[in-house]
Amino acid sequence: MQLSEQYIVIPLLSLLACTAITVARMRDLWAAVMMTGIFSFLGAGWMLVLDAPDVAFTEAAVGAGISTVLMLGTLALTSRTAKPTQRFPWAALAVVLVTGFALIYGTFDLPEYGDPNAPIHQYPKPGYVALEIAKGDHNKSSPTANSPTRAKEAQHEEAQHEEAQHEEAQHEEADHGHHEPTPNVVTVVLASYRGFDTLGETTVIFTAGIAVLILLRGPRRENSRP
Amino acid sequence: MKNNFPILRVVTKLVIPYIILLAFYVQFHGDYGPGGGFQAGVILAAAYILYGLVFGLQAAQRVARPNILEILMATGVLIYGGTGIATLLAGGNFLQYSVLDHQVGGGMLPSGEHLGMFLIELGVGATVAAVMISIFFSFAGRERSE
Repeated sequence: MQLSEQYIVIPLLSLLACTAITVARMRDLWAAVMMTGIFSFLGAGWMLVLDAPDVAFTEAAVGAGISTVLMLGTLALTSRTAKPTQRFPWAALAVVLVTGFALIYGTFDLPEYGDPNAPIHQYPKPGYVALEIAKGDHNKSSPTANSPTRAKEAQHEEAQHEEAQHEEAQHEEADHGHHEPTPNVVTVVLASYRGFDTLGETTVIFTAGIAVLILLRGPRRENSRP
Repeated sequence: MKNNFPILRVVTKLVIPYIILLAFYVQFHGDYGPGGGFQAGVILAAAYILYGLVFGLQAAQRVARPNILEILMATGVLIYGGTGIATLLAGGNFLQYSVLDHQVGGGMLPSGEHLGMFLIELGVGATVAAVMISIFFSFAGRERSE
């Protein structure tokens, strides 16, 4: 990670930690919901620093937007303040600490940030990513093709893959025949490489929607009408 | 919240078209810029939810009818699965988009891999938007049980 990036990342992460502690200590649930919204928004900002604009998008829209609204909708139906706890929750603290340390211990096995030899850069087959980047290059002349972040990411990827993979990419392009350029690697991976997964995810969202409708909407009409 | 908060109401009306425009941009530009069906669906839903928050649930349900949302929810998954079936019928594997290659429109219309992604992102967007709005409606439409 570059030094200049650390000046952004360290305050962001400290703010995340502060927000988390504030939420845990709060008794006013309305303010706590707002703080979780802020937490999601800070998380989105951090993901943007990590060159993951797609994830940042989702986090900002779902975490900071919709789930905050849903929590507020729930608060409207229940109480605004949490019941004060009499005893200090030692068991809960122990569970949180053990889980936290397990997670931190797990990060020791993760590769360094930006390590070109990390598994994430080896699968899907490097040629696949290089192919999409190569296709993106054809498109760079068009004014709408690349956002600045995307262009930066593309260059970053390119530097890693181009020399080694260029021949393979050309070869694969010949194999697949001509297709339209789609420079967003994330979209390509989600829609094409992992198309089955995304179909499953869409079905899960559909199922969740149906379940919420059945659970929440059914009895309302009969009960609440005077 | 009928006649209160004129500033809130005016600003909301001003902002909603841009939110919807951003949603469509993210949807149809997802193959080039960041974003895609899921993000677009959520942003579109956010526009309707904002409308519902400011103008009330009844007004929002008049714009996005719950029965249409239910149909849209299923249609999204159907578009996704249907794309897979279409690739099967065209002689490829399930969701093998390259068999959707065509020469119609002289390169202006998406073709092959691009067309497949366009279609499934459309399906994802429709499902996500409809589900999110429906969930909001069911939460907001519930009254205190007492």
